[in-house]
Amino acid sequence: MHRNPNRPMAPHLTIWKWGPHMLVSILHRITGSGLALVGAGLFVWWLYAAAAGQDAYSQFASWATWKWSLIIWIGLTWAMFQHMLSGLRHFVMDAGAGYALETNRFWAVMTIIFAILLTAVLWSYIIYWRLP
Amino acid sequence: MTAETAPLPPAAGAVQAPASAHGPAHHWGLERASAVAALVLIVWLLVSLWRLPALDFLTVSEWLKHPLAAVPMLLLIVTIFWHLKMGLIVVIEDYVHDAGSRFLWVMLVNFAAILAAALAIFSVLKIAFSVAAAGTP
Repeated sequence: MHRNPNRPMAPHLTIWKWGPHMLVSILHRITGSGLALVGAGLFVWWLYAAAAGQDAYSQFASWATWKWSLIIWIGLTWAMFQHMLSGLRHFVMDAGAGYALETNRFWAVMTIIFAILLTAVLWSYIIYWRLP
Repeated sequence: MTAETAPLPPAAGAVQAPASAHGPAHHWGLERASAVAALVLIVWLLVSLWRLPALDFLTVSEWLKHPLAAVPMLLLIVTIFWHLKMGLIVVIEDYVHDAGSRFLWVMLVNFAAILAAALAIFSVLKIAFSVAAAGTP
Protein backbone atom coordinates (compact mmCIF):
# COMPACT_ATOMS: atom_id res chain seq x y z
CA MET A 1 0.00 0.00 0.00
CA HIS A 2 1.38 3.39 -0.98
CA ARG A 3 -0.10 5.24 1.94
CA ASN A 4 1.55 8.29 3.37
CA PRO A 5 1.65 7.48 7.10
CA ASN A 6 1.67 11.21 7.93
CA ARG A 7 -1.83 11.61 6.54
CA PRO A 8 -4.93 10.57 8.48
CA MET A 9 -6.85 7.46 7.44
CA ALA A 10 -10.64 7.43 7.17
CA PRO A 11 -11.79 5.95 10.49
CA HIS A 12 -14.57 3.79 8.93
CA LEU A 13 -11.94 1.49 7.40
CA THR A 14 -10.82 0.33 10.83
CA ILE A 15 -13.93 0.76 12.97
CA TRP A 16 -16.21 -2.12 12.07
CA LYS A 17 -17.18 -5.46 13.50
CA TRP A 18 -18.97 -8.52 12.25
CA GLY A 19 -22.75 -8.30 12.50
CA PRO A 20 -25.60 -10.52 11.27
CA HIS A 21 -26.22 -8.22 8.25
CA MET A 22 -22.60 -8.65 7.09
CA LEU A 23 -22.84 -12.39 7.62
CA VAL A 24 -26.08 -12.60 5.61
CA SER A 25 -24.59 -10.48 2.83
CA ILE A 26 -21.56 -12.75 2.45
CA LEU A 27 -23.72 -15.88 2.90
CA HIS A 28 -25.89 -14.70 0.00
CA ARG A 29 -22.81 -14.69 -2.25
CA ILE A 30 -21.37 -17.96 -0.93
CA THR A 31 -24.68 -19.86 -1.15
CA GLY A 32 -25.38 -18.33 -4.57
CA SER A 33 -21.97 -19.40 -5.90
CA GLY A 34 -22.38 -22.87 -4.38
CA LEU A 35 -25.83 -23.32 -5.89
CA ALA A 36 -24.54 -22.08 -9.26
CA LEU A 37 -21.54 -24.43 -9.34
CA VAL A 38 -22.74 -27.56 -7.51
CA GLY A 39 -26.55 -27.30 -7.61
CA ALA A 40 -26.84 -26.36 -11.28
CA GLY A 41 -24.31 -29.05 -12.19
CA LEU A 42 -26.31 -31.79 -10.44
CA PHE A 43 -29.54 -30.42 -11.96
CA VAL A 44 -28.13 -30.74 -15.50
CA TRP A 45 -26.72 -34.21 -14.73
CA TRP A 46 -30.19 -35.31 -13.54
CA LEU A 47 -31.97 -34.02 -16.68
CA TYR A 48 -29.24 -35.35 -18.99
CA ALA A 49 -29.42 -38.78 -17.30
CA ALA A 50 -33.22 -38.85 -17.68
CA ALA A 51 -32.83 -38.08 -21.40
CA ALA A 52 -29.92 -40.49 -21.98
CA GLY A 53 -31.81 -43.55 -20.75
CA GLN A 54 -32.21 -46.11 -18.00
CA ASP A 55 -28.48 -46.87 -17.55
CA ALA A 56 -27.41 -43.23 -17.31
CA TYR A 57 -30.26 -42.55 -14.90
CA SER A 58 -29.26 -45.52 -12.71
CA GLN A 59 -25.72 -44.10 -12.54
CA PHE A 60 -27.09 -40.76 -11.37
CA ALA A 61 -29.51 -42.41 -8.94
CA SER A 62 -26.84 -44.62 -7.39
CA TRP A 63 -24.67 -41.55 -6.74
CA ALA A 64 -27.64 -39.48 -5.53
CA THR A 65 -28.76 -42.12 -3.03
CA TRP A 66 -25.26 -42.90 -1.75
CA LYS A 67 -25.26 -42.17 2.00
CA TRP A 68 -22.47 -39.58 1.84
CA SER A 69 -24.28 -37.69 -0.94
CA LEU A 70 -26.82 -36.81 1.70
CA ILE A 71 -24.31 -34.21 2.96
CA ILE A 72 -24.37 -32.54 -0.49
CA TRP A 73 -28.19 -32.65 -0.71
CA ILE A 74 -28.67 -31.24 2.79
CA GLY A 75 -26.01 -28.60 2.13
CA LEU A 76 -27.66 -27.60 -1.15
CA THR A 77 -31.09 -27.44 0.51
CA TRP A 78 -29.74 -25.15 3.23
CA ALA A 79 -27.95 -23.01 0.61
CA MET A 80 -31.18 -22.76 -1.40
CA PHE A 81 -33.28 -21.68 1.61
CA GLN A 82 -30.61 -19.22 2.80
CA HIS A 83 -30.24 -17.70 -0.69
CA MET A 84 -34.02 -17.60 -1.13
CA LEU A 85 -34.66 -15.90 2.23
CA SER A 86 -31.80 -13.41 1.99
CA GLY A 87 -33.00 -12.76 -1.59
CA LEU A 88 -36.47 -11.97 -0.23
CA ARG A 89 -34.84 -9.66 2.31
CA HIS A 90 -33.10 -7.93 -0.61
CA PHE A 91 -36.48 -7.37 -2.29
CA VAL A 92 -37.77 -5.65 0.85
CA MET A 93 -34.62 -3.51 1.03
CA ASP A 94 -34.87 -2.73 -2.71
CA ALA A 95 -38.32 -1.33 -1.93
CA GLY A 96 -36.59 1.03 0.49
CA ALA A 97 -37.80 -0.61 3.70
CA GLY A 98 -36.07 -2.30 6.61
CA TYR A 99 -33.00 -0.07 6.92
CA ALA A 100 -33.49 0.94 10.57
CA LEU A 101 -30.61 -0.67 12.47
CA GLU A 102 -32.71 -2.89 14.73
CA THR A 103 -35.11 -3.98 11.95
CA ASN A 104 -32.22 -4.70 9.59
CA ARG A 105 -30.44 -6.77 12.22
CA PHE A 106 -33.62 -8.63 13.21
CA TRP A 107 -34.48 -9.81 9.67
CA ALA A 108 -30.85 -10.71 8.96
CA VAL A 109 -30.92 -13.03 12.00
CA MET A 110 -34.34 -14.37 10.93
CA THR A 111 -33.07 -15.44 7.46
CA ILE A 112 -30.31 -17.48 9.15
CA ILE A 113 -32.67 -19.09 11.69
CA PHE A 114 -35.42 -19.88 9.17
CA ALA A 115 -33.00 -21.29 6.59
CA ILE A 116 -31.69 -23.77 9.18
CA LEU A 117 -35.21 -24.50 10.47
CA LEU A 118 -36.69 -25.15 7.01
CA THR A 119 -33.75 -27.40 6.09
CA ALA A 120 -34.15 -29.37 9.33
CA VAL A 121 -37.93 -29.76 8.89
CA LEU A 122 -37.69 -30.81 5.23
CA TRP A 123 -34.91 -33.35 5.78
CA SER A 124 -36.44 -34.79 8.96
CA TYR A 125 -39.56 -35.46 6.92
CA ILE A 126 -37.62 -37.00 4.01
CA ILE A 127 -35.40 -39.15 6.24
CA TYR A 128 -38.20 -40.46 8.49
CA TRP A 129 -41.09 -40.83 6.04
CA ARG A 130 -39.71 -41.01 2.51
CA LEU A 131 -36.40 -42.87 2.62
CA PRO A 132 -36.61 -46.68 2.69
CA MET B 1 -2.18 7.79 -11.68
CA THR B 2 -0.25 11.06 -11.36
CA ALA B 3 -1.77 14.48 -11.24
CA GLU B 4 -0.53 15.18 -14.81
CA THR B 5 -2.47 12.28 -16.38
CA ALA B 6 -5.61 12.53 -14.27
CA PRO B 7 -8.65 13.44 -16.38
CA LEU B 8 -10.03 16.91 -15.87
CA PRO B 9 -13.39 17.13 -14.13
CA PRO B 10 -16.19 17.96 -16.59
CA ALA B 11 -16.82 21.65 -16.92
CA ALA B 12 -20.11 22.94 -15.54
CA GLY B 13 -22.80 22.62 -18.19
CA ALA B 14 -20.68 20.26 -20.33
CA VAL B 15 -22.60 17.67 -22.33
CA GLN B 16 -22.67 14.39 -20.44
CA ALA B 17 -22.60 11.03 -22.18
CA PRO B 18 -26.10 9.51 -22.25
CA ALA B 19 -26.72 6.57 -19.93
CA SER B 20 -26.26 3.24 -21.66
CA ALA B 21 -29.37 1.16 -22.26
CA HIS B 22 -27.41 -1.79 -20.90
CA GLY B 23 -25.97 0.03 -17.94
CA PRO B 24 -26.20 -0.76 -14.24
CA ALA B 25 -29.93 -0.01 -13.92
CA HIS B 26 -30.76 -2.41 -16.75
CA HIS B 27 -28.58 -5.12 -15.19
CA TRP B 28 -30.17 -4.47 -11.79
CA GLY B 29 -33.67 -4.84 -13.23
CA LEU B 30 -32.84 -8.05 -15.10
CA GLU B 31 -31.25 -9.57 -12.00
CA ARG B 32 -34.38 -8.80 -9.95
CA ALA B 33 -36.73 -10.05 -12.67
CA SER B 34 -34.77 -13.31 -12.97
CA ALA B 35 -34.82 -13.63 -9.16
CA VAL B 36 -38.64 -13.36 -9.02
CA ALA B 37 -39.03 -15.89 -11.84
CA ALA B 38 -36.45 -18.22 -10.26
CA LEU B 39 -38.26 -18.07 -6.90
CA VAL B 40 -41.62 -19.03 -8.44
CA LEU B 41 -40.17 -21.77 -10.65
CA ILE B 42 -37.98 -23.33 -7.93
CA VAL B 43 -41.02 -23.54 -5.65
CA TRP B 44 -42.89 -25.18 -8.57
CA LEU B 45 -40.06 -27.74 -9.01
CA LEU B 46 -39.88 -28.59 -5.29
CA VAL B 47 -43.66 -29.04 -5.01
CA SER B 48 -43.73 -31.13 -8.22
CA LEU B 49 -40.92 -33.42 -7.05
CA TRP B 50 -42.63 -33.70 -3.66
CA ARG B 51 -45.90 -34.78 -5.32
CA LEU B 52 -44.31 -37.43 -7.57
CA PRO B 53 -44.80 -40.95 -6.16
CA ALA B 54 -41.13 -41.79 -6.84
CA LEU B 55 -38.08 -40.23 -8.50
CA ASP B 56 -37.05 -43.24 -10.61
CA PHE B 57 -36.36 -43.16 -14.36
CA LEU B 58 -39.85 -44.11 -15.55
CA THR B 59 -41.73 -41.77 -13.23
CA VAL B 60 -39.49 -38.78 -14.02
CA SER B 61 -39.43 -39.33 -17.79
CA GLU B 62 -43.21 -39.89 -17.94
CA TRP B 63 -43.75 -36.73 -15.88
CA LEU B 64 -41.52 -34.62 -18.19
CA LYS B 65 -43.53 -35.71 -21.25
CA HIS B 66 -46.47 -33.68 -19.97
CA PRO B 67 -46.59 -30.11 -21.39
CA LEU B 68 -47.38 -28.69 -17.95
CA ALA B 69 -44.16 -30.23 -16.64
CA ALA B 70 -41.89 -29.71 -19.68
CA VAL B 71 -42.74 -26.03 -20.26
CA PRO B 72 -42.14 -24.82 -16.66
CA MET B 73 -38.97 -26.94 -16.62
CA LEU B 74 -37.71 -25.18 -19.79
CA LEU B 75 -38.55 -21.78 -18.29
CA LEU B 76 -36.79 -22.83 -15.08
CA ILE B 77 -33.62 -23.76 -17.02
CA VAL B 78 -33.53 -20.43 -18.90
CA THR B 79 -34.28 -18.44 -15.72
CA ILE B 80 -31.83 -20.25 -13.45
CA PHE B 81 -28.90 -20.13 -15.86
CA TRP B 82 -29.56 -16.49 -16.71
CA HIS B 83 -29.71 -15.64 -12.99
CA LEU B 84 -26.64 -17.67 -12.01
CA LYS B 85 -24.61 -16.24 -14.90
CA MET B 86 -25.41 -12.68 -13.79
CA GLY B 87 -24.65 -13.51 -10.16
CA LEU B 88 -21.34 -15.25 -10.87
CA ILE B 89 -20.25 -12.36 -13.12
CA VAL B 90 -20.96 -9.84 -10.33
CA VAL B 91 -18.82 -11.95 -7.97
CA ILE B 92 -16.01 -12.17 -10.57
CA GLU B 93 -16.13 -8.41 -11.22
CA ASP B 94 -15.81 -7.75 -7.50
CA TYR B 95 -12.95 -10.12 -6.72
CA VAL B 96 -10.89 -10.48 -9.94
CA HIS B 97 -9.06 -7.18 -10.26
CA ASP B 98 -6.78 -7.92 -13.23
CA ALA B 99 -8.63 -6.82 -16.39
CA GLY B 100 -7.26 -9.70 -18.49
CA SER B 101 -8.19 -12.53 -16.16
CA ARG B 102 -11.52 -10.85 -15.39
CA PHE B 103 -12.33 -10.87 -19.11
CA LEU B 104 -11.39 -14.57 -19.38
CA TRP B 105 -13.39 -15.58 -16.29
CA VAL B 106 -16.48 -13.70 -17.46
CA MET B 107 -16.20 -15.36 -20.88
CA LEU B 108 -15.73 -18.78 -19.27
CA VAL B 109 -18.86 -18.29 -17.11
CA ASN B 110 -20.88 -17.17 -20.14
CA PHE B 111 -19.78 -20.17 -22.22
CA ALA B 112 -20.26 -22.68 -19.38
CA ALA B 113 -23.73 -21.34 -18.52
CA ILE B 114 -24.85 -21.45 -22.16
CA LEU B 115 -23.44 -24.96 -22.64
CA ALA B 116 -25.08 -26.31 -19.47
CA ALA B 117 -28.41 -24.62 -20.25
CA ALA B 118 -28.37 -25.95 -23.84
CA LEU B 119 -27.68 -29.48 -22.57
CA ALA B 120 -30.53 -29.25 -20.06
CA ILE B 121 -32.98 -27.77 -22.61
CA PHE B 122 -32.14 -30.44 -25.21
CA SER B 123 -32.59 -33.18 -22.59
CA VAL B 124 -36.05 -31.93 -21.61
CA LEU B 125 -37.10 -31.59 -25.27
CA LYS B 126 -35.82 -35.09 -26.06
CA ILE B 127 -37.88 -36.56 -23.21
CA ALA B 128 -40.93 -34.44 -24.00
CA PHE B 129 -40.98 -35.31 -27.72
CA SER B 130 -40.06 -38.97 -27.40
CA VAL B 131 -42.89 -41.38 -28.12
CA ALA B 132 -43.63 -43.72 -25.25
CA ALA B 133 -43.54 -47.29 -26.48
CA ALA B 134 -46.85 -48.88 -25.56
CA GLY B 135 -46.43 -50.82 -22.36
CA THR B 136 -42.65 -51.22 -22.59
CA PRO B 137 -40.08 -48.86 -21.08
